[in-house]
Amino acid sequence: MTNVMKLTINKVEHDVDVDPEMPLLWVLRDVIGLTGTKFGCGIAACGACTVHLDGEPIRSCVTPVGDVEDAVVTTIEGMGTPASLGVVQKAWVKHQVAQCGYCQSGQIMSASALLDANPEPTDVDIDDAMSGNLCRCATYPRIRAAIHEASKMLKEDA
Amino acid sequence: MAKKTKAKTAEEPKPKKKRSLTRRVFMLGSMAIAGGVAFGAYHYKKPFKNPLQDADGDITLNPYLFITAAGIKVIAPRAEMGQGVHTTLAAMVAEELDVAWDDVEVIHGPASATYYNAEVLKLGLPFADYSKSTVKDVVSGVTDVASQILRQQITGGSTSTRDGFMKMRQAGAAARLALMEAAAYEFDVPASELKTNNGEVIAPNGSRLKYQDLALDASAIKVEQNPPLKDPSDWRYLGKAMPRKDMVGKVTGTAEFGIDVKQDEMLFATVRFNPKLGGKMLSFDGSKAAAMRGVEKVVDLWDGIGVIADNTWTAFQAAQSLEIEWGDAPYPADTDGIYAEIEKAFDDEPNSVLRDDGTIEETLAAASQVIEASYRVPYLAHTAMEPMNATALLQDGQLDVWVGNQAPTVIQEQAAKAVGLSTDDVRVHTPYLGGGFGRKPEYDVAVQAAKLAKAMEGRPVKLTWTREEDVRHDFYRPAALARMKGIVSENGPSALKLDIAAPSVYRNQAKRVLGITPPGPDKLLVEGAFDQPYGIPDFQVNGYLSNVEVPVGSWRSVGNSYNSFFLESFLDELAVAKRLDPLAMRLNLMKDLDKPSFDTLRAVGDISGWGAPTGAGRGRGDGFGRGVAFCYAFGSPTAQIVDVSQTEDGVKIDKVWCAIDVGTAFDPSIIEAQVTSAILYGLSAAIYGDITFEDGEVVEGNFDEYDALRMGTTPPVEVKILQSTGHIGGVGEPGVPPSMPALANAVYDLLGKRERLLPLGKSVDFVSV
Repeated sequence: MTNVMKLTINKVEHDVDVDPEMPLLWVLRDVIGLTGTKFGCGIAACGACTVHLDGEPIRSCVTPVGDVEDAVVTTIEGMGTPASLGVVQKAWVKHQVAQCGYCQSGQIMSASALLDANPEPTDVDIDDAMSGNLCRCATYPRIRAAIHEASKMLKEDA
Repeated sequence: MAKKTKAKTAEEPKPKKKRSLTRRVFMLGSMAIAGGVAFGAYHYKKPFKNPLQDADGDITLNPYLFITAAGIKVIAPRAEMGQGVHTTLAAMVAEELDVAWDDVEVIHGPASATYYNAEVLKLGLPFADYSKSTVKDVVSGVTDVASQILRQQITGGSTSTRDGFMKMRQAGAAARLALMEAAAYEFDVPASELKTNNGEVIAPNGSRLKYQDLALDASAIKVEQNPPLKDPSDWRYLGKAMPRKDMVGKVTGTAEFGIDVKQDEMLFATVRFNPKLGGKMLSFDGSKAAAMRGVEKVVDLWDGIGVIADNTWTAFQAAQSLEIEWGDAPYPADTDGIYAEIEKAFDDEPNSVLRDDGTIEETLAAASQVIEASYRVPYLAHTAMEPMNATALLQDGQLDVWVGNQAPTVIQEQAAKAVGLSTDDVRVHTPYLGGGFGRKPEYDVAVQAAKLAKAMEGRPVKLTWTREEDVRHDFYRPAALARMKGIVSENGPSALKLDIAAPSVYRNQAKRVLGITPPGPDKLLVEGAFDQPYGIPDFQVNGYLSNVEVPVGSWRSVGNSYNSFFLESFLDELAVAKRLDPLAMRLNLMKDLDKPSFDTLRAVGDISGWGAPTGAGRGRGDGFGRGVAFCYAFGSPTAQIVDVSQTEDGVKIDKVWCAIDVGTAFDPSIIEAQVTSAILYGLSAAIYGDITFEDGEVVEGNFDEYDALRMGTTPPVEVKILQSTGHIGGVGEPGVPPSMPALANAVYDLLGKRERLLPLGKSVDFVSV
């Protein structure tokens, strides 16, 4: 039995031969080797696995890979590199947000989706968009500051 | 800018003072080292070797650094689990070595006794941090030796910067001296006439040589092991907010956590162990799992089952399909039964009476009015964001283990034992930890991975637990009970008796790690209560040990995490009974005992505007509540004030203020982050944290049942850092303990309802997201 699927991840096409029921998270991590997206809960309760599907933030741990075949997937690796940081990542560095850092890929994916949809989010907007992303180091105050910072930076860039 | 070193006259060797250890001190020392003397006195005299070896053109000058073509590679002998310690330890080396910050890279390095932590064992000593008694100094000296004998490389107890302060700076300074000696030869100029600047040695005539070009020669030069160090007034890195070395990796998904380790031909695995913790595995049927597509092997691990597959998801699915018959747990089957069992400990003799000021029993017997209360806190899980995992490869008689961990030498020994190798044949690699919080000095997952690797010899196996396995197989913060009696007048508390009963973290961990059960008083059981700087004339703290066999371990701030809730809540009850201002009442109790504590508590009052605007002491009026609490733990007095309010959606935490005296603030940004994190970790536990049992199994399995603060429920936190204790205080843990009673006291102020059980979320309706 073969289930070869074409996935577009960070603008690169991948052919994968896996069970279509397999969550996108594990295809990314174990099959393709993109380990920036993290496993935290497996039930969409912590947001560590957040990626963009056609620009929308989704929890890849509960998204069967069969459902994303014709979609465009963006992961943290597609947001910038150490040598060339994206705007949100720059704001994260400026505010020295990360502690253990494990949840931050998911936080950044949720934050950048928020900023795409709402370039000047209020604190309430941030609460609504970000409360699905758990951080056990509780870096929330700096995440909030970094989102406001990124909003400012995006405005200046525009 | 040239680096200055203060001229320092060579110290004459001091004649060794003969200290006559009193019997009492000797006894305490023996207890504190947990029987470690059994290893004999040989090891501690033998100098530790440098576990690093020159490789790939990189040159090592001492166990803490390589000089590489790209710059300086610092070995941080402590795990980076978010607390920023790689950055601060690297800053200590860079400060003395005189190199540019951007040229410094940090790695964890190998497991080695060289990197033992001298400070962590002192945590078990039954003394208050604020007391500066000779006895404490003498016994501390004893544990220096004991710790070396135990040879353990441990990250914990908020000790890393205290332990590293001399070692890391000396490593940088000694390397700089050797580089200058090498340059002196090249320039033909005495070393004393040379200067350094950002990775170069500079001759009087202005010629320069890069450290890289001098490294090979320098590595052969023997220099003073206790080189002169910079005066703190000359520091350019320490004391400043440095850009964290792990930040860019962590915002780009390129930082490698244990769960991200990649090896060629790697397989993926998971395990299922008995949810009735400590119970046996009676039988299992793995045939369905073994037949699943992608499953390589089902491995009988004797007390559990491992499933190895070609990806983690398949391993999870296959593990679900296992049919396993589990034996019973060795503790009562449900939560109430467990609490009842712990309560029985009060019927025994106390294990410790570490505070016994005045004549408590006589005073209580003679008093006309005694206030009494009982408190209880539940078991807690750590729930680090990164579920437990480890990768192992057994090949050619050597085992490699990659695991985010807080105790690499322990892992090395236990993994070796598990697969029948000698310790020297095991290499432990410590990537970043996606949170530790005290969960990861434990070796369970590393040993499981080692056994799976043995079953697949020659192929690396990455073992990942499901979140449910992680929550249900923790080494929990123990449940604890307290019974308290107090006498209070308009002048404040005059008598206080605390009886505390809980299972022993200290004994549990020592038994697991060292195979011995240390006798004597268990300080961790009563820390945060007996050791607080309150001058109450009759003050007694009794610790009662319970033998309930639910696995327990160190949870961020250990015993302080529950004792501070007991003590600080009850002090609030006493204040309320006589309408005393709870902050002023505490200030009065500590004013003659410890000035840093007094100043810390006063500082938090100042930044929060305590007393204003109503002037009524605490209340901000109807619909608002305010609570205060204090704890002296891990060397740092910490005071917090929490504001709450009643909203339509429930009780909301509006703001938290914290003052902490860390003694020496090496990096204010990291300290602010750590203290904020600790407070919010504590508040999460205070509102949500509750591990319960049914049928011998932990009920909660995932974040839907074991939640924590999130963006929409997190209050702003304001941290004031003080530096007056005269020693290096801890930073990662001291913020946790006062957060819980400060919140409970604020809730009392708001609702007039005293909450004596945690979590508060069971009886108080908090705002949710």
